[in-house]
Amino acid sequence: MLNYIWLTLLVLSLALAAWKDITLGNTQAMKAVTEAAIDSSKTAVTLSLGLIGVMSLWLGVMRLAEKGGLVEALGRVLRPVLSWLFPEVPAGHPALGAIVMNTAANMLGLANAATPLGLKAMEELQKLNPRKDTASNAMCTFLAINTSSVQLVPATAVALMAAAGAAQPTAIIGSALIATSISTLVGITAVKTLERLPVFRVSETRAEEKP
Amino acid sequence: MRALVEIISVWAIPLMIVGIAVVAALRRVPVYEEFVEGAKEGFQTAIRIIPFLVAMLVAIGMFRAAGGVDALTTLVQPLLSWMNFPAELLPLSLMRPLSGSASMAIFGELVKTHGPDSLIARMAGTLMGSTETTFYVIAVYFGSVAVTRTRHAVAAGLLADAAGVLASVWVCRWLFAGL
Repeated sequence: MLNYIWLTLLVLSLALAAWKDITLGNTQAMKAVTEAAIDSSKTAVTLSLGLIGVMSLWLGVMRLAEKGGLVEALGRVLRPVLSWLFPEVPAGHPALGAIVMNTAANMLGLANAATPLGLKAMEELQKLNPRKDTASNAMCTFLAINTSSVQLVPATAVALMAAAGAAQPTAIIGSALIATSISTLVGITAVKTLERLPVFRVSETRAEEKP
Repeated sequence: MRALVEIISVWAIPLMIVGIAVVAALRRVPVYEEFVEGAKEGFQTAIRIIPFLVAMLVAIGMFRAAGGVDALTTLVQPLLSWMNFPAELLPLSLMRPLSGSASMAIFGELVKTHGPDSLIARMAGTLMGSTETTFYVIAVYFGSVAVTRTRHAVAAGLLADAAGVLASVWVCRWLFAGL
């Protein structure tokens, strides 16, 4: 799917920019696309390199949580929910602890902590994945929960509205909580339904190629 | 309520770091050595996601620069106005899964033009709180483990985003009916 989306984005940007420039008789749009390509590649590297510090910090903390038995304990407490969401992941597996910690960080709006913990969870899920280049059901479910946003308080939005002089910047806390619950429910329902569709099924014959 | 929320988000990180270290120490874990051992992976992981992030951000950046979001807006406008969806929120809704910083900028514009206590601003704020930059998350998370076949993850993520957008509009219409 990503292959198609990626190619579509590229082809559409060229087509749109060409159409704009030809109808307007200049080269502005194409110049903007060129600049965007170069700038975005730089942004990607800056973003990744900027992650090194927090990544090291949280992976260090995560290691302590693992060695101290906290990750396992978290996984055990939430086992009923987790075994329903991630039936392929055995109880007590470190992946579950990392998933719980990532979700907790997301709920609190701690984006800096959430990404490293989420990547740790992906690494653990990959260990259980029989086909390393293909997403497992557990990975997709984890991603769906993550992208549906489980943040309890939209702190950045509230801060922006407060800075703009809102009389009641916190008014959106309640509405966001309802909306985000709906989006998470839809995300989980969607992922659980889609994983059964033939288009998205991992072909079993190919999965069995590997011993 | 607001004070409590602020206290929790300010205290959370120090409490987590110190609390986890103390519990590990009580269980006789050599905390300093184990922390360093875990932190070693940080550099590798950050470097590993670079190519995936470059691929994703370049495609999104080019699409935005070519006016792709505006084109999409014109395309879906008729359908959404039929659904009684506020036209002002459309660019934000379409930008949201693509770029965090660009959607934040659009949100800032909406708050400025419509006023921070307007219904549109509240819908937009609710939308920001109930959706995610799906493409960024997918690129980074799958990129870190080199998974290229993402199966139904994109579809599920976008459906969740769409649900968040529609829910934001409906919930705000209902909660802030007086505005």
